[in-house]
Amino acid sequence: MPNMQKEKHPMPTRSPEERRSTFGEVALGYDEETAVSEAERCLNCRNPLCVKGCPVMIRIPDFIRKVSLRDFEGAYAIIHESSSLPAVCGRVCPQESQCEKTCVRGLKGESVAIGRLERFVADRHNAASSGQIEERTRISNGHKVAVVGSGPSGLTCAGDLNRLGYDVTIFEALHVAGGVLVYGIPEFRLPKEIVRKETDELIRNGVEIKTNTVIGKTMTVDELMEDGYEAVFIGSGAGLPRFMSIPGENLKGVYSANEYLTRVNLMKAYLPESDTPIRRAKRVAVVGGGNVAMDAARSALRMGAEEVSIVYRRGEAELPARKEEVEHAREEGIVFRLLTNPKEILGDEHGEVRAISCVEMELGEPDASGRRRPVEKKDSLFTLDVDTVIMAIGTSPNPLIKSTTEGLVTEKWGGIVADEDGRTSRPGVFAGGDAVTGAATVILAMGAGKKAAAAIDAYIKEKNAK
Amino acid sequence: MAYKILKREELNSQVIRMDIESPPVARKAQAGQFIILRVDEFGERIPLTVADTDPERGSVTIIFQTVGKTTMKLAGKREGETIEDFVGPLGRPTETEGLKKVAVVGGGVGCAIAYPVAKKLSSLGCTVHSIVGFRSRDLVILEKEFRAVSDRFVLTSDDGTAGEKGLVTDALKRLIEAGEAYDEVIAIGPLIMMKFVARLTKEYGIKTVVSMNPIMIDGTGMCGGCRLSVGGETKFACVDGPDFDGHLVDFDEAMARNAAYKETEAREREEYCRLLGK
Repeated sequence: MPNMQKEKHPMPTRSPEERRSTFGEVALGYDEETAVSEAERCLNCRNPLCVKGCPVMIRIPDFIRKVSLRDFEGAYAIIHESSSLPAVCGRVCPQESQCEKTCVRGLKGESVAIGRLERFVADRHNAASSGQIEERTRISNGHKVAVVGSGPSGLTCAGDLNRLGYDVTIFEALHVAGGVLVYGIPEFRLPKEIVRKETDELIRNGVEIKTNTVIGKTMTVDELMEDGYEAVFIGSGAGLPRFMSIPGENLKGVYSANEYLTRVNLMKAYLPESDTPIRRAKRVAVVGGGNVAMDAARSALRMGAEEVSIVYRRGEAELPARKEEVEHAREEGIVFRLLTNPKEILGDEHGEVRAISCVEMELGEPDASGRRRPVEKKDSLFTLDVDTVIMAIGTSPNPLIKSTTEGLVTEKWGGIVADEDGRTSRPGVFAGGDAVTGAATVILAMGAGKKAAAAIDAYIKEKNAK
Repeated sequence: MAYKILKREELNSQVIRMDIESPPVARKAQAGQFIILRVDEFGERIPLTVADTDPERGSVTIIFQTVGKTTMKLAGKREGETIEDFVGPLGRPTETEGLKKVAVVGGGVGCAIAYPVAKKLSSLGCTVHSIVGFRSRDLVILEKEFRAVSDRFVLTSDDGTAGEKGLVTDALKRLIEAGEAYDEVIAIGPLIMMKFVARLTKEYGIKTVVSMNPIMIDGTGMCGGCRLSVGGETKFACVDGPDFDGHLVDFDEAMARNAAYKETEAREREEYCRLLGK
């Protein structure tokens, strides 16, 4: 008999008071009994809509059934068929707009907590095996593929190709693998140890990861192909920060969210032993309303800020961040200054930020994106005293590869042009993730990496059949 | 990853030259480009301009002054030891095409970056006048190397203990006034020196390129920490530079931004010195 409880089992979390001063993970995860009881809420639909909502098509009811039978390794094996990063996705996927959105249990109550169960299964596996997975006997097919970037799309593409027998090398510009999972998403949402376990597992399975290698600089895509890589997958992300082009943006104390988060996450500026400096901000304004803005605001709080505000030009309903992230931010005491748009950042005589001047906005007619367009309220200019401003208004694809790869067609805004399966204008060159779509989610990037892996396999097979 | 220090040499009491083993960077790097390194696991990422390369040996030469904790840690490494990370070459190479006569102006440790540019220009058959300035005799570096690639060489020092007493701008002005017609002036050194070189050459309408060295983390365009105002536009030194038109750079803003972590840096340096018992 299924468990007909209407609500999901709540996720145990650290108290907001405790959270304010620690980078320790906020969500603590289900225990075994809660997971099994939650799994029993799944009706095991014959035509499971949840699977269609998953960009990598995990066999969701099948793994949940294994959980209800307490066969946790069996559940892990099912997830792992489709996803190389279960512990990551269980944490950062927007399940509410994907698998859980279409769950039939959501019609009368709440959907099954698919994401929380995925996380439980992955964490349980990682703890039980202490990262050791049984050795797969992989037989190399002798074909080499290069993957540029070790973020979600690159790791997924590499994992799938490795399973198909390809010799895969990932080239990463930074000194650790993981891309946005290590430089962008904070420790309190995604512990870096988890990312490391996932990348270690790829390495153990035969994927080579070359850090400190910037494709477009250290080597070009063409040089990779001359080196015998039969196909190249570009998953270089959307790492170029945007600014607003308002006066005062180059004052000391104005960060891009990328810079702030990189200092905290990648460079570990929150640890005393780290040599990387960061401002000890007291009053912070974070401009933007997406997940990155929430991450930056909540990081600033944990770095000791007394007041952190989100400054966003639209309203509550338009906040692009996940609801859960907004809730967590509110609980921790982040101030939401909605319908507010910055006009200028003001500095003192030393060139340090002292305030941000803003106008109030109201919502007008819907724009091209379907969201109501914010318009300025007359005579509403006011200043907010802050010592630090973090710009979290989006990122664009990095131009390093575009500018060094002849014949690679890109969009005006910088995205690489690729079809559904990741094929670009250059034969043998595939692309996916944020480098193609612009900033999006981890799971969409993984979906793109997966499709590209299948297309690369088909491409190399066809090429060699001739 | 670990990168071996193949050679370590003290050029003066504050400036050290190291050859680091990195065949891919050695193969690719050109004058004007930089690398980013990290000394150890908790080290910060710092950019340093490539001073020379030996593609056959697979080595890249860096020259740095010990100014903060990271450069002190680096200076403490011996030959045969390794550093944690080394990535490059980053940024755009200095443009040298079509230049017939150039004044290369270097200041202090900036000469380490000016030298490969002078060397490259000389190898392309360009007439090179090098004007290099230091505070005093004991800080002079690369004099012999500069002489070897320069058609004219002027050494200046603030206190007159080496070469002529005065600033590089005095010497440059004298040469221009004497009728030397330069296609371009390339100035590399402290921001304040580059600012005044650019101010001088603007009067004479001589194109001037400066090499900027702002605070950076990734060096690939990701953090935006290295942004500068150039001709009213925001540019990223790591991907758009590090070379820029000296007449368009907002030096005052760049100087303010470079001092962003001055207090933290001073404190860390002091703590580190105490740790070493210095």
